[in-house]
Amino acid sequence: MSQPLPGPLLRVENLRKAYGSKVVLRDIDLVVDRHEVVCLIGASGSGKSTLLRCLDLLETVDDGSVFLDGEEITDPAVDARRVRRRMGLVFQAYNLFPHMSVLDNVTLAPRKVHGAGRAEAEADARELLGRFGLADKADEHPDRLSGGQQQRAAVARAMATGPELLLLDEVTSALDPELVGEVLDLLRDLAAAGTTLLLATHEMAFAREVASTVCFLDGGTILEQGPPAQVLVDPAHERTRQFLRRVL
Amino acid sequence: MADWTPSPRQHERLAVRRRLDARSTAVAAVATIVTLGVLGLLIVGSPGWPRVQETFFSGYHAKQSFPTILEGFWTNVKMFLVAEPLILVLGMLIAVTRSTTSAALFPLRALAVVYTDLFRGVPTILLVFLACFGIPALQLQGVTNSFFWLGVSALVVSYAAYVAEVFRAGIESVHPSQLASADALGLAHGQAMRHVVLPQAVRRVVPPLLNDFVSLQKDTALVASVGVVEALLAARDYANFNFNYTPYLVTAVLFVALTVPLARFTDWLGRRYARRERAGAR
Repeated sequence: MSQPLPGPLLRVENLRKAYGSKVVLRDIDLVVDRHEVVCLIGASGSGKSTLLRCLDLLETVDDGSVFLDGEEITDPAVDARRVRRRMGLVFQAYNLFPHMSVLDNVTLAPRKVHGAGRAEAEADARELLGRFGLADKADEHPDRLSGGQQQRAAVARAMATGPELLLLDEVTSALDPELVGEVLDLLRDLAAAGTTLLLATHEMAFAREVASTVCFLDGGTILEQGPPAQVLVDPAHERTRQFLRRVL
Repeated sequence: MADWTPSPRQHERLAVRRRLDARSTAVAAVATIVTLGVLGLLIVGSPGWPRVQETFFSGYHAKQSFPTILEGFWTNVKMFLVAEPLILVLGMLIAVTRSTTSAALFPLRALAVVYTDLFRGVPTILLVFLACFGIPALQLQGVTNSFFWLGVSALVVSYAAYVAEVFRAGIESVHPSQLASADALGLAHGQAMRHVVLPQAVRRVVPPLLNDFVSLQKDTALVASVGVVEALLAARDYANFNFNYTPYLVTAVLFVALTVPLARFTDWLGRRYARRERAGAR
Protein backbone atom coordinates (compact mmCIF):
# COMPACT_ATOMS: atom_id res chain seq x y z
CA MET A 1 0.00 0.00 0.00
CA SER A 2 1.18 3.51 -0.74
CA GLN A 3 1.80 6.13 1.87
CA PRO A 4 -1.57 7.58 2.93
CA LEU A 5 -1.75 11.10 1.58
CA PRO A 6 -3.92 13.81 3.07
CA GLY A 7 -7.22 14.21 1.27
CA PRO A 8 -9.77 11.63 0.21
CA LEU A 9 -8.86 8.37 -1.54
CA LEU A 10 -11.37 8.97 -4.32
CA ARG A 11 -12.96 12.21 -5.44
CA VAL A 12 -15.47 12.55 -8.28
CA GLU A 13 -16.23 16.00 -9.64
CA ASN A 14 -19.05 16.91 -12.00
CA LEU A 15 -18.90 13.54 -13.79
CA ARG A 16 -20.97 13.13 -16.94
CA LYS A 17 -21.45 10.06 -19.09
CA ALA A 18 -23.72 9.63 -22.09
CA TYR A 19 -24.34 6.86 -24.60
CA GLY A 20 -25.16 8.77 -27.77
CA SER A 21 -27.88 11.21 -26.87
CA LYS A 22 -28.88 9.29 -23.74
CA VAL A 23 -27.28 10.90 -20.68
CA VAL A 24 -26.64 8.19 -18.09
CA LEU A 25 -24.77 10.21 -15.46
CA ARG A 26 -24.62 13.96 -14.87
CA ASP A 27 -23.27 16.32 -12.20
CA ILE A 28 -21.94 13.45 -10.09
CA ASP A 29 -19.96 14.67 -7.07
CA LEU A 30 -18.72 12.06 -4.68
CA VAL A 31 -15.98 11.62 -2.09
CA VAL A 32 -14.75 8.33 -0.65
CA ASP A 33 -12.36 8.49 2.30
CA ARG A 34 -10.01 5.74 3.35
CA HIS A 35 -11.58 2.90 5.38
CA GLU A 36 -15.01 4.22 4.51
CA VAL A 37 -17.94 2.24 3.12
CA VAL A 38 -20.03 4.14 0.58
CA CYS A 39 -23.25 2.63 -0.72
CA LEU A 40 -24.91 3.65 -3.98
CA ILE A 41 -28.62 2.94 -3.92
CA GLY A 42 -31.32 3.61 -6.49
CA ALA A 43 -33.57 1.86 -8.97
CA SER A 44 -32.18 -0.25 -11.82
CA GLY A 45 -31.07 2.06 -14.62
CA SER A 46 -30.28 4.95 -12.27
CA GLY A 47 -26.59 4.81 -13.28
CA LYS A 48 -24.97 2.93 -10.37
CA SER A 49 -23.16 0.34 -12.52
CA THR A 50 -22.08 2.90 -15.10
CA LEU A 51 -20.60 5.06 -12.34
CA LEU A 52 -18.55 2.12 -11.02
CA ARG A 53 -17.38 1.24 -14.53
CA CYS A 54 -16.33 4.86 -15.10
CA LEU A 55 -14.31 4.83 -11.88
CA ASP A 56 -12.46 1.67 -12.95
CA LEU A 57 -11.85 3.30 -16.37
CA LEU A 58 -13.82 0.59 -18.18
CA GLU A 59 -15.84 3.48 -19.63
CA THR A 60 -14.51 6.85 -20.75
CA VAL A 61 -16.28 9.80 -19.15
CA ASP A 62 -17.78 12.62 -21.22
CA ASP A 63 -17.04 15.37 -18.74
CA GLY A 64 -15.87 15.99 -15.19
CA SER A 65 -12.96 14.34 -13.39
CA VAL A 66 -12.11 11.45 -11.09
CA PHE A 67 -9.18 11.77 -8.69
CA LEU A 68 -7.49 8.83 -7.00
CA ASP A 69 -5.23 9.97 -4.19
CA GLY A 70 -5.29 13.45 -5.71
CA GLU A 71 -4.19 12.26 -9.18
CA GLU A 72 -6.64 12.82 -12.01
CA ILE A 73 -7.21 9.35 -13.47
CA THR A 74 -9.66 10.54 -16.13
CA ASP A 75 -6.75 12.18 -17.96
CA PRO A 76 -6.48 10.27 -21.28
CA ALA A 77 -2.68 10.11 -20.91
CA VAL A 78 -2.98 8.14 -17.64
CA ASP A 79 -2.09 4.46 -17.89
CA ALA A 80 -5.38 2.72 -17.10
CA ARG A 81 -3.59 -0.48 -16.05
CA ARG A 82 -1.61 1.33 -13.37
CA VAL A 83 -4.85 2.80 -11.97
CA ARG A 84 -6.71 -0.52 -12.08
CA ARG A 85 -3.89 -2.20 -10.18
CA ARG A 86 -4.88 -0.09 -7.18
CA MET A 87 -8.59 -0.96 -7.38
CA GLY A 88 -10.65 -4.12 -7.42
CA LEU A 89 -13.99 -4.50 -9.20
CA VAL A 90 -16.51 -7.25 -8.58
CA PHE A 91 -19.32 -7.77 -11.07
CA GLN A 92 -22.94 -8.73 -10.52
CA ALA A 93 -22.51 -11.83 -12.69
CA TYR A 94 -19.18 -12.82 -11.01
CA ASN A 95 -17.39 -13.07 -14.41
CA LEU A 96 -14.99 -15.71 -13.14
CA PHE A 97 -12.81 -17.30 -15.83
CA PRO A 98 -14.58 -20.62 -16.54
CA HIS A 99 -11.53 -22.39 -17.96
CA MET A 100 -9.40 -21.98 -14.82
CA SER A 101 -9.63 -23.38 -11.32
CA VAL A 102 -10.68 -21.00 -8.56
CA LEU A 103 -7.05 -20.89 -7.42
CA ASP A 104 -5.85 -19.88 -10.89
CA ASN A 105 -8.59 -17.23 -11.07
CA VAL A 106 -7.33 -15.74 -7.83
CA THR A 107 -3.59 -15.97 -8.61
CA LEU A 108 -3.75 -14.68 -12.20
CA ALA A 109 -3.45 -10.96 -11.37
CA PRO A 110 -0.88 -11.34 -8.57
CA ARG A 111 1.33 -13.42 -10.87
CA LYS A 112 0.89 -11.68 -14.20
CA VAL A 113 0.28 -8.09 -13.11
CA HIS A 114 2.16 -7.82 -9.83
CA GLY A 115 4.93 -10.26 -10.67
CA ALA A 116 4.48 -12.60 -7.71
CA GLY A 117 5.99 -16.10 -7.96
CA ARG A 118 3.58 -19.00 -8.36
CA ALA A 119 4.30 -20.57 -4.97
CA GLU A 120 3.96 -17.30 -3.11
CA ALA A 121 0.79 -16.29 -5.01
CA GLU A 122 -0.80 -19.69 -4.42
CA ALA A 123 0.00 -19.68 -0.70
CA ASP A 124 -1.54 -16.19 -0.39
CA ALA A 125 -4.55 -17.21 -2.47
CA ARG A 126 -5.21 -20.34 -0.39
CA GLU A 127 -4.98 -18.27 2.76
CA LEU A 128 -7.45 -15.74 1.32
CA LEU A 129 -9.83 -18.45 0.08
CA GLY A 130 -9.66 -20.08 3.51
CA ARG A 131 -10.67 -16.80 5.09
CA PHE A 132 -13.60 -16.60 2.65
CA GLY A 133 -14.71 -20.15 3.52
CA LEU A 134 -13.59 -21.57 0.16
CA ALA A 135 -10.52 -23.58 1.24
CA ASP A 136 -11.94 -26.83 -0.18
CA LYS A 137 -13.01 -25.18 -3.46
CA ALA A 138 -9.61 -23.82 -4.53
CA ASP A 139 -8.97 -26.56 -7.08
CA GLU A 140 -12.50 -26.71 -8.50
CA HIS A 141 -13.59 -24.98 -11.69
CA PRO A 142 -16.11 -22.14 -11.08
CA ASP A 143 -19.04 -24.08 -12.56
CA ARG A 144 -18.82 -26.56 -9.70
CA LEU A 145 -19.57 -23.79 -7.17
CA SER A 146 -22.89 -22.37 -5.99
CA GLY A 147 -23.71 -18.75 -6.84
CA GLY A 148 -22.70 -17.53 -3.40
CA GLN A 149 -19.41 -19.44 -3.57
CA GLN A 150 -18.71 -18.06 -7.04
CA GLN A 151 -19.34 -14.52 -5.86
CA ARG A 152 -17.09 -15.01 -2.83
CA ALA A 153 -14.42 -16.39 -5.18
CA ALA A 154 -14.87 -13.28 -7.35
CA VAL A 155 -14.37 -11.05 -4.30
CA ALA A 156 -11.26 -13.08 -3.43
CA ARG A 157 -9.95 -12.57 -6.96
CA ALA A 158 -10.44 -8.81 -6.66
CA MET A 159 -8.87 -8.72 -3.18
CA ALA A 160 -5.86 -10.89 -4.09
CA THR A 161 -3.80 -7.91 -5.23
CA GLY A 162 -4.50 -5.91 -2.08
CA PRO A 163 -6.45 -3.09 -3.71
CA GLU A 164 -6.80 0.24 -1.93
CA LEU A 165 -10.39 0.52 -3.08
CA LEU A 166 -12.88 -2.24 -3.79
CA LEU A 167 -15.77 -1.48 -6.14
CA LEU A 168 -18.72 -3.87 -5.95
CA ASP A 169 -21.51 -3.80 -8.52
CA GLU A 170 -24.71 -5.30 -7.07
CA VAL A 171 -22.78 -8.38 -6.05
CA THR A 172 -25.77 -10.02 -4.35
CA SER A 173 -28.42 -9.30 -6.97
CA ALA A 174 -28.07 -12.67 -8.70
CA LEU A 175 -28.24 -14.68 -5.46
CA ASP A 176 -31.07 -16.21 -3.45
CA PRO A 177 -31.66 -14.82 0.08
CA GLU A 178 -29.58 -17.45 1.87
CA LEU A 179 -26.58 -16.90 -0.39
CA VAL A 180 -26.99 -13.11 -0.14
CA GLY A 181 -26.35 -13.52 3.60
CA GLU A 182 -23.03 -15.32 3.13
CA VAL A 183 -21.71 -12.71 0.69
CA LEU A 184 -22.82 -9.81 2.90
CA ASP A 185 -21.12 -11.42 5.91
CA LEU A 186 -17.93 -11.44 3.89
CA LEU A 187 -18.29 -7.74 2.97
CA ARG A 188 -19.00 -6.93 6.61
CA ASP A 189 -15.71 -8.62 7.55
CA LEU A 190 -13.83 -6.69 4.86
CA ALA A 191 -15.33 -3.42 6.08
CA ALA A 192 -14.43 -4.26 9.67
CA ALA A 193 -10.85 -4.96 8.53
CA GLY A 194 -10.66 -1.43 7.15
CA THR A 195 -11.08 -2.12 3.41
CA THR A 196 -12.41 0.91 1.55
CA LEU A 197 -15.62 -0.16 -0.20
CA LEU A 198 -17.77 1.55 -2.78
CA LEU A 199 -20.76 -0.59 -3.61
CA ALA A 200 -23.94 -0.43 -5.58
CA THR A 201 -26.55 -2.40 -3.67
CA HIS A 202 -30.22 -3.09 -3.11
CA GLU A 203 -29.57 -4.38 0.42
CA MET A 204 -30.90 -1.49 2.50
CA ALA A 205 -30.42 -3.21 5.87
CA PHE A 206 -26.78 -3.83 5.01
CA ALA A 207 -26.30 -0.21 3.87
CA ARG A 208 -27.82 1.04 7.09
CA GLU A 209 -25.59 -1.15 9.22
CA VAL A 210 -22.24 -0.86 7.45
CA ALA A 211 -22.19 2.28 5.29
CA SER A 212 -20.68 5.56 6.44
CA THR A 213 -22.27 7.34 3.48
CA VAL A 214 -25.29 6.44 1.37
CA CYS A 215 -25.89 8.03 -2.03
CA PHE A 216 -29.30 7.85 -3.66
CA LEU A 217 -29.05 7.93 -7.45
CA ASP A 218 -32.04 8.85 -9.54
CA GLY A 219 -32.04 9.39 -13.30
CA GLY A 220 -28.25 9.64 -13.44
CA THR A 221 -27.68 12.14 -10.65
CA ILE A 222 -26.98 11.81 -6.93
CA LEU A 223 -30.21 13.23 -5.58
CA GLU A 224 -29.23 12.91 -1.98
CA GLN A 225 -26.20 11.76 0.02
CA GLY A 226 -25.31 11.55 3.68
CA PRO A 227 -25.04 9.16 6.60
CA PRO A 228 -27.49 6.24 6.42
CA ALA A 229 -29.39 7.50 9.46
CA GLN A 230 -30.30 10.54 7.43
CA VAL A 231 -30.74 9.27 3.86
CA LEU A 232 -32.41 5.96 4.74
CA VAL A 233 -34.43 7.07 7.77
CA ASP A 234 -35.29 10.68 7.22
CA PRO A 235 -34.70 11.50 3.54
CA ALA A 236 -35.07 15.08 2.35
CA HIS A 237 -36.52 14.28 -1.08
CA GLU A 238 -39.94 12.92 -1.86
CA ARG A 239 -38.36 10.77 -4.65
CA THR A 240 -36.06 9.09 -2.09
CA ARG A 241 -39.00 8.41 0.21
CA GLN A 242 -40.89 6.85 -2.72
CA PHE A 243 -37.96 4.58 -3.56
CA LEU A 244 -37.44 3.51 0.05
CA ARG A 245 -41.12 2.75 0.52
CA ARG A 246 -40.94 0.38 -2.43
CA VAL A 247 -37.78 -1.49 -1.43
CA LEU A 248 -38.19 -1.69 2.35
CA MET B 1 -31.05 -47.38 -1.31
CA ALA B 2 -30.99 -50.92 0.03
CA ASP B 3 -34.36 -50.48 1.74
CA TRP B 4 -36.11 -49.75 -1.56
CA THR B 5 -37.82 -52.39 -3.67
CA PRO B 6 -39.67 -51.21 -6.76
CA SER B 7 -43.45 -51.12 -6.32
CA PRO B 8 -45.65 -53.37 -8.52
CA ARG B 9 -46.62 -50.21 -10.46
CA GLN B 10 -42.93 -49.49 -11.17
CA HIS B 11 -42.50 -53.12 -12.38
CA GLU B 12 -45.39 -52.62 -14.79
CA ARG B 13 -43.87 -49.36 -16.06
CA LEU B 14 -40.49 -51.03 -16.63
CA ALA B 15 -42.18 -53.82 -18.57
CA VAL B 16 -43.99 -51.29 -20.78
CA ARG B 17 -40.76 -49.37 -21.35
CA ARG B 18 -38.96 -52.61 -22.37
CA ARG B 19 -41.77 -53.45 -24.79
CA LEU B 20 -41.62 -49.98 -26.37
CA ASP B 21 -37.82 -50.17 -26.65
CA ALA B 22 -38.00 -53.57 -28.33
CA ARG B 23 -40.55 -52.25 -30.82
CA SER B 24 -38.35 -49.23 -31.69
CA THR B 25 -35.37 -51.50 -32.29
CA ALA B 26 -37.41 -53.81 -34.51
CA VAL B 27 -38.79 -50.90 -36.58
CA ALA B 28 -35.29 -49.41 -37.02
CA ALA B 29 -33.87 -52.78 -38.09
CA VAL B 30 -36.62 -53.50 -40.62
CA ALA B 31 -36.38 -49.97 -42.07
CA THR B 32 -32.61 -50.27 -42.45
CA ILE B 33 -32.77 -53.68 -44.11
CA VAL B 34 -35.49 -52.52 -46.53
CA THR B 35 -33.60 -49.31 -47.45
CA LEU B 36 -30.27 -51.07 -47.98
CA GLY B 37 -31.97 -53.92 -49.80
CA VAL B 38 -33.75 -51.60 -52.24
CA LEU B 39 -30.58 -49.58 -52.85
CA GLY B 40 -28.57 -52.79 -53.35
CA LEU B 41 -31.11 -54.23 -55.76
CA LEU B 42 -31.23 -50.97 -57.73
CA ILE B 43 -27.46 -50.95 -58.15
CA VAL B 44 -26.87 -54.66 -58.64
CA GLY B 45 -29.96 -55.00 -60.86
CA SER B 46 -28.95 -52.12 -63.16
CA PRO B 47 -28.04 -53.18 -66.71
CA GLY B 48 -24.45 -51.93 -66.40
CA TRP B 49 -23.72 -53.56 -63.04
CA PRO B 50 -21.49 -56.45 -64.22
CA ARG B 51 -19.33 -53.96 -66.07
CA VAL B 52 -19.18 -51.56 -63.09
CA GLN B 53 -18.36 -54.42 -60.75
CA GLU B 54 -15.49 -55.43 -62.95
CA THR B 55 -14.04 -51.89 -63.40
CA PHE B 56 -14.62 -50.43 -59.89
CA PHE B 57 -14.86 -53.36 -57.49
CA SER B 58 -12.24 -55.74 -58.73
CA GLY B 59 -10.59 -57.56 -55.85
CA TYR B 60 -7.66 -58.49 -58.03
CA HIS B 61 -6.88 -54.90 -59.06
CA ALA B 62 -7.46 -53.64 -55.52
CA LYS B 63 -4.80 -56.01 -54.27
CA GLN B 64 -2.45 -55.27 -57.15
CA SER B 65 -2.64 -51.48 -56.84
CA PHE B 66 -2.72 -51.27 -53.07
CA PRO B 67 1.04 -51.17 -52.30
CA THR B 68 1.78 -48.32 -54.75
CA ILE B 69 -1.27 -46.34 -53.63
CA LEU B 70 -0.37 -46.83 -49.99
CA GLU B 71 3.13 -45.58 -50.72
CA GLY B 72 1.63 -42.54 -52.46
CA PHE B 73 -0.79 -42.06 -49.60
CA TRP B 74 2.14 -41.80 -47.21
CA THR B 75 3.11 -38.66 -49.16
CA ASN B 76 -0.39 -37.26 -48.50
CA VAL B 77 -0.02 -38.03 -44.81
CA LYS B 78 3.39 -36.35 -44.72
CA MET B 79 2.06 -33.23 -46.46
CA PHE B 80 -0.83 -33.09 -44.05
CA LEU B 81 1.33 -33.61 -40.96
CA VAL B 82 3.79 -30.91 -42.01
CA ALA B 83 1.11 -28.43 -43.12
CA GLU B 84 -1.20 -28.75 -40.14
CA PRO B 85 0.99 -27.27 -37.36
CA LEU B 86 2.20 -24.51 -39.69
CA ILE B 87 -1.42 -23.65 -40.54
CA LEU B 88 -2.37 -23.53 -36.87
CA VAL B 89 0.51 -21.20 -36.01
CA LEU B 90 0.04 -18.91 -39.02
CA GLY B 91 -3.76 -18.83 -38.64
CA MET B 92 -3.49 -18.01 -34.95
CA LEU B 93 -0.94 -15.25 -35.63
CA ILE B 94 -3.21 -13.66 -38.23
CA ALA B 95 -6.29 -13.87 -35.99
CA VAL B 96 -4.46 -12.39 -32.98
CA THR B 97 -2.96 -9.66 -35.15
CA ARG B 98 -6.44 -8.66 -36.28
CA SER B 99 -7.60 -8.37 -32.67
CA THR B 100 -4.79 -6.01 -31.59
CA THR B 101 -5.54 -2.36 -30.91
CA SER B 102 -2.10 -0.75 -30.72
CA ALA B 103 -1.51 2.09 -33.19
CA ALA B 104 1.98 0.84 -34.03
CA LEU B 105 0.56 -2.45 -35.27
CA PHE B 106 -1.81 -0.86 -37.79
CA PRO B 107 0.22 -1.98 -40.85
CA LEU B 108 0.23 -5.57 -39.58
CA ARG B 109 -3.54 -5.46 -38.99
CA ALA B 110 -4.10 -4.17 -42.51
CA LEU B 111 -1.81 -6.86 -43.89
CA ALA B 112 -3.74 -9.55 -42.02
CA VAL B 113 -7.02 -8.36 -43.53
CA VAL B 114 -5.57 -8.28 -47.04
CA TYR B 115 -4.06 -11.74 -46.53
CA THR B 116 -7.33 -13.40 -45.56
CA ASP B 117 -9.30 -11.61 -48.25
CA LEU B 118 -6.80 -12.55 -50.93
CA PHE B 119 -5.98 -16.16 -50.12
CA ARG B 120 -9.51 -17.20 -49.27
CA GLY B 121 -10.54 -15.91 -52.66
CA VAL B 122 -8.01 -17.81 -54.79
CA PRO B 123 -8.82 -21.48 -55.55
CA THR B 124 -6.35 -23.74 -53.73
CA ILE B 125 -5.41 -25.59 -56.91
CA LEU B 126 -4.40 -22.27 -58.48
CA LEU B 127 -2.18 -21.51 -55.51
CA VAL B 128 -0.55 -24.92 -55.98
CA PHE B 129 0.17 -24.08 -59.64
CA LEU B 130 1.46 -20.61 -58.79
CA ALA B 131 3.72 -21.88 -56.01
CA CYS B 132 5.11 -24.87 -57.92
CA PHE B 133 5.65 -23.19 -61.28
CA GLY B 134 6.02 -19.53 -60.24
CA ILE B 135 8.47 -19.70 -57.37
CA PRO B 136 11.14 -21.85 -59.09
CA ALA B 137 10.92 -19.50 -62.09
CA LEU B 138 12.09 -16.66 -59.87
CA GLN B 139 15.38 -18.57 -59.45
CA LEU B 140 15.78 -17.37 -55.88
CA GLN B 141 18.87 -18.41 -53.96
CA GLY B 142 18.20 -20.92 -51.19
CA VAL B 143 14.53 -21.50 -52.06
CA THR B 144 13.57 -25.09 -52.65
CA ASN B 145 12.49 -26.34 -56.06
CA SER B 146 10.86 -29.43 -54.58
CA PHE B 147 7.23 -29.67 -55.67
CA PHE B 148 6.46 -31.43 -52.40
CA TRP B 149 7.53 -28.44 -50.31
CA LEU B 150 6.14 -25.84 -52.71
CA GLY B 151 2.83 -27.71 -52.75
CA VAL B 152 2.79 -27.86 -48.97
CA SER B 153 3.44 -24.11 -48.74
CA ALA B 154 0.54 -23.43 -51.11
CA LEU B 155 -1.75 -25.50 -48.86
CA VAL B 156 -0.45 -23.68 -45.77
CA VAL B 157 -1.01 -20.25 -47.32
CA SER B 158 -4.53 -21.14 -48.39
CA TYR B 159 -5.70 -22.92 -45.25
CA ALA B 160 -4.13 -20.42 -42.84
CA ALA B 161 -6.55 -17.84 -44.24
CA TYR B 162 -9.53 -20.07 -43.40
CA VAL B 163 -8.19 -21.11 -40.03
CA ALA B 164 -7.49 -17.46 -39.11
CA GLU B 165 -11.17 -16.70 -39.65
CA VAL B 166 -12.17 -19.67 -37.51
CA PHE B 167 -9.90 -18.46 -34.69
CA ARG B 168 -11.24 -14.92 -35.07
CA ALA B 169 -14.82 -16.16 -34.76
CA GLY B 170 -13.76 -17.98 -31.57
CA ILE B 171 -12.08 -14.87 -30.17
CA GLU B 172 -15.16 -12.79 -30.87
CA SER B 173 -17.44 -15.38 -29.27
CA VAL B 174 -15.86 -14.87 -25.85
CA HIS B 175 -18.21 -12.61 -23.90
CA PRO B 176 -17.00 -9.00 -23.44
CA SER B 177 -17.52 -9.33 -19.68
CA GLN B 178 -14.55 -11.72 -19.62
CA LEU B 179 -12.36 -9.04 -21.14
CA ALA B 180 -13.81 -6.46 -18.72
CA SER B 181 -12.82 -8.77 -15.85
CA ALA B 182 -9.30 -9.11 -17.21
CA ASP B 183 -9.07 -5.32 -17.64
CA ALA B 184 -10.34 -4.75 -14.11
CA LEU B 185 -7.59 -7.04 -12.79
CA GLY B 186 -5.04 -4.85 -14.55
CA LEU B 187 -4.01 -7.38 -17.21
CA ALA B 188 -2.49 -5.95 -20.39
CA HIS B 189 -4.29 -6.65 -23.67
CA GLY B 190 -1.76 -9.32 -24.63
CA GLN B 191 -2.03 -11.01 -21.24
CA ALA B 192 -5.83 -10.95 -21.37
CA MET B 193 -5.64 -12.51 -24.83
CA ARG B 194 -3.15 -15.19 -23.78
CA HIS B 195 -4.68 -16.20 -20.45
CA VAL B 196 -8.38 -15.38 -20.71
CA VAL B 197 -9.64 -15.07 -24.28
CA LEU B 198 -7.60 -17.55 -26.35
CA PRO B 199 -8.01 -20.60 -24.07
CA GLN B 200 -11.79 -20.19 -24.21
CA ALA B 201 -11.80 -19.29 -27.91
CA VAL B 202 -9.69 -22.27 -28.99
CA ARG B 203 -11.87 -24.75 -27.10
CA ARG B 204 -14.96 -23.44 -28.83
CA VAL B 205 -13.51 -23.68 -32.33
CA VAL B 206 -12.05 -27.19 -32.12
CA PRO B 207 -14.93 -28.77 -34.11
CA PRO B 208 -14.82 -26.25 -37.02
CA LEU B 209 -10.99 -26.45 -37.00
CA LEU B 210 -11.07 -30.21 -37.30
CA ASN B 211 -13.57 -29.79 -40.12
CA ASP B 212 -11.03 -27.65 -41.96
CA PHE B 213 -8.38 -30.29 -41.31
CA VAL B 214 -10.52 -33.04 -42.81
CA SER B 215 -10.85 -30.80 -45.82
CA LEU B 216 -7.07 -30.23 -45.85
CA GLN B 217 -6.39 -33.99 -45.76
CA LYS B 218 -8.41 -34.36 -48.93
CA ASP B 219 -6.90 -31.30 -50.59
CA THR B 220 -3.41 -32.77 -50.31
CA ALA B 221 -4.54 -34.66 -53.44
CA LEU B 222 -4.49 -31.33 -55.32
CA VAL B 223 -0.71 -31.50 -55.32
CA ALA B 224 -1.08 -34.44 -57.74
CA SER B 225 -1.91 -31.82 -60.37
CA VAL B 226 1.75 -30.72 -60.55
CA GLY B 227 3.02 -34.29 -60.65
CA VAL B 228 3.88 -35.07 -57.04
CA VAL B 229 3.31 -38.81 -56.74
CA GLU B 230 0.79 -39.21 -53.98
CA ALA B 231 -2.21 -41.53 -53.64
CA LEU B 232 -4.38 -40.02 -56.36
CA LEU B 233 -1.59 -39.87 -58.93
CA ALA B 234 -0.53 -43.44 -58.11
CA ALA B 235 -4.14 -44.55 -58.54
CA ARG B 236 -4.53 -42.64 -61.81
CA ASP B 237 -1.32 -44.14 -63.11
CA TYR B 238 -2.48 -47.67 -62.33
CA ALA B 239 -6.00 -47.02 -63.65
CA ASN B 240 -4.77 -45.62 -66.98
CA PHE B 241 -2.33 -48.45 -67.42
CA ASN B 242 -4.75 -51.27 -66.58
CA PHE B 243 -8.07 -49.81 -67.77
CA ASN B 244 -9.52 -50.38 -64.32
CA TYR B 245 -10.86 -47.80 -61.86
CA THR B 246 -10.70 -49.90 -58.68
CA PRO B 247 -7.59 -47.97 -57.49
CA TYR B 248 -9.73 -44.80 -57.20
CA LEU B 249 -12.02 -46.63 -54.81
CA VAL B 250 -9.00 -47.88 -52.86
CA THR B 251 -7.76 -44.29 -52.59
CA ALA B 252 -11.18 -43.11 -51.40
CA VAL B 253 -11.23 -45.79 -48.70
CA LEU B 254 -7.77 -44.73 -47.53
CA PHE B 255 -8.86 -41.07 -47.20
CA VAL B 256 -11.99 -42.08 -45.29
CA ALA B 257 -9.88 -44.28 -43.01
CA LEU B 258 -7.76 -41.22 -42.22
CA THR B 259 -10.62 -38.77 -41.57
CA VAL B 260 -12.93 -40.94 -39.46
CA PRO B 261 -10.47 -41.27 -36.54
CA LEU B 262 -10.01 -37.50 -36.66
CA ALA B 263 -13.77 -37.02 -36.33
CA ARG B 264 -13.94 -39.40 -33.36
CA PHE B 265 -10.98 -37.57 -31.80
CA THR B 266 -12.87 -34.26 -32.12
CA ASP B 267 -15.88 -35.75 -30.33
CA TRP B 268 -13.68 -37.10 -27.57
CA LEU B 269 -11.91 -33.76 -27.13
CA GLY B 270 -15.21 -31.89 -26.97
CA ARG B 271 -16.56 -34.26 -24.33
CA ARG B 272 -13.38 -33.93 -22.27
CA TYR B 273 -13.59 -30.11 -22.21
CA ALA B 274 -17.27 -30.25 -21.36
CA ARG B 275 -16.60 -32.66 -18.51
CA ARG B 276 -13.83 -30.54 -17.07
CA GLU B 277 -15.65 -27.23 -17.22
CA ARG B 278 -19.23 -28.16 -16.65
CA ALA B 279 -18.61 -31.13 -14.39
CA GLY B 280 -21.80 -32.86 -15.44
CA ALA B 281 -24.04 -29.84 -14.96
CA ARG B 282 -26.27 -28.95 -17.88
